[in-house]
Amino acid sequence: MTGWLSRPASETQITHGRRLWLYAVGGAVMLFLVLPSLIVIPMSFSDSQYLSFPPPAWSLRWYENYFGSLEWMQATWTSLKAGLLTMLVATPLGTLAAYGLHVSRTRLGGLAMLVLAMPIMMPLILIGIGVFNVYVQFGLLNTLAGVVIAHSMLALPLVVLVVASGLKSYDMNQERAACSLGASRPRAFLLVTLPQIRFSVVTAALLAFLTSFDEVIVALFVSGGQNSTLTRNMFLALRDQIDPTIAAISTVMIVLTSLLLALSQLFGRSDR
Amino acid sequence: MPTTQAPNAALLHRDGVREHWTLFSLGLPALLLVFVMLVVPIGWLFWLSFLSDAGAFSLEHYRRLASQASYARIFRTTFEVSLITTGLCVLLGYPLAYLLAQLPRRIAALCMIAVLLPFWTSVLVRTYAWLVLLQRQGIVNDWGMGLGLWQEPLPLVHNLAGTLIGMTHIMLPYLILPLYGSMRAIDGDYLKAAANLGASPSRAFWSVYLPLSLPGLVAGATIVFILCLGFYITPALLGGGRVILVSMRIATDIELFFNWGAASALGVVLLVLTVALLFAASRLVGFDRLAGGAK
Repeated sequence: MTGWLSRPASETQITHGRRLWLYAVGGAVMLFLVLPSLIVIPMSFSDSQYLSFPPPAWSLRWYENYFGSLEWMQATWTSLKAGLLTMLVATPLGTLAAYGLHVSRTRLGGLAMLVLAMPIMMPLILIGIGVFNVYVQFGLLNTLAGVVIAHSMLALPLVVLVVASGLKSYDMNQERAACSLGASRPRAFLLVTLPQIRFSVVTAALLAFLTSFDEVIVALFVSGGQNSTLTRNMFLALRDQIDPTIAAISTVMIVLTSLLLALSQLFGRSDR
Repeated sequence: MPTTQAPNAALLHRDGVREHWTLFSLGLPALLLVFVMLVVPIGWLFWLSFLSDAGAFSLEHYRRLASQASYARIFRTTFEVSLITTGLCVLLGYPLAYLLAQLPRRIAALCMIAVLLPFWTSVLVRTYAWLVLLQRQGIVNDWGMGLGLWQEPLPLVHNLAGTLIGMTHIMLPYLILPLYGSMRAIDGDYLKAAANLGASPSRAFWSVYLPLSLPGLVAGATIVFILCLGFYITPALLGGGRVILVSMRIATDIELFFNWGAASALGVVLLVLTVALLFAASRLVGFDRLAGGAK
């Protein structure tokens, strides 16, 4: 231990011992980042209405509330469907765009990239009311299709960025070789390029799903009734009171997010 | 030789151009989606913001924005909250990014989970967590009083303090990720050289490391500031109606009053500010850095 303390920690030869404060600060910030969401998990099993910690008694009553409520279940299904459909729309569109812009290298490519990145730069509240206004005119309000179209647009920048970064580390000569051996361009893409960037594409798809599943503001304005999303219902419930049922839902969402992230890490690792 | 090759080369060139455009057109469906779902709706809001209630062209909504003190107050609150949140993120994020960038890669990757997990956890879940933690009988008050740090339950939520804590927590990863990336790219040999030339570790940090990490810091801080300007969910839930930001005013104008003109004008101002900031930052540190730092 003392050996480690006096060993140099960086190129400036400062020792670990002299920067213990940095480790303390870094650790505290990491705890600040992680603890709040994690503490929701034990509290969702609390018997108490007031969510004190540690819980005075354990129970599954909030889970029973959640899984027993028709309204929550309907919202959950809507969100799952919207997420899956968004993934199915945004992934192919974004992958094609990333590939096209990567290979064509026209001067317009930079501008196209800028346009495709726009959805993450715009204030979401503006997109929310803008899309709401358009949907009112075209009768898409409170429909699943409406949610999916809007969420696909929001997920595009992510898909494009992730797939584009996958293409950057891919050697395009392999596709050229396939073409010179007689494969058509689409065939070469499907049989040679796509399998090699598949992990980026899978990661992009998972992120597209999460984008839709977690989205609140646009769903708040354009979804409703039978097709109200889970996050919309959660937001509306939280505006009134701190309902412990939300702790149970939050725990389910945290588990789902962690699973998807672990999957994408698993895939992402084997890409390199 | 050149005479026989010239027509062939021209043909090849034309083929190449056609192929480029065919490939470029693969991006069209995606571009079309963004156009229809983003450019058209927001263009429409622009249009609405210049229409009077009677439907004629007018600047009345903008005049009202400029003349009413309540709007000026909302914009000032939005700027202050965004600025403080950005400052807190820099204060907390810089040391962590610095530490992560100097750890061995494998350990850093493990620690990055602490940044990525909240980054991908729903904003709503994290806001809920803070609601629970900070409420009157919440854990923070329970433990603070249990340890004798304060006697009465502190009002930590449904006010400015709650808004700032929640927003800082949610924005922090947006600062750390681009900053970490740019710190990893710093060549350690510069620091060795500084040490060799007699600089103390702190001198080497202030005059070599910090300037080299500035582009990443500017990119991250800009992203955080811009996201704060338009932030809705967390301030709406943790502010308890006491901290009104531009985005919340836009929402109430639509939800309660169906006042499209006023909401659109506010939105246009918000958008112009956002784009201007993005443009300024991309001139400063490059667009790629900004785009790469956002989700």
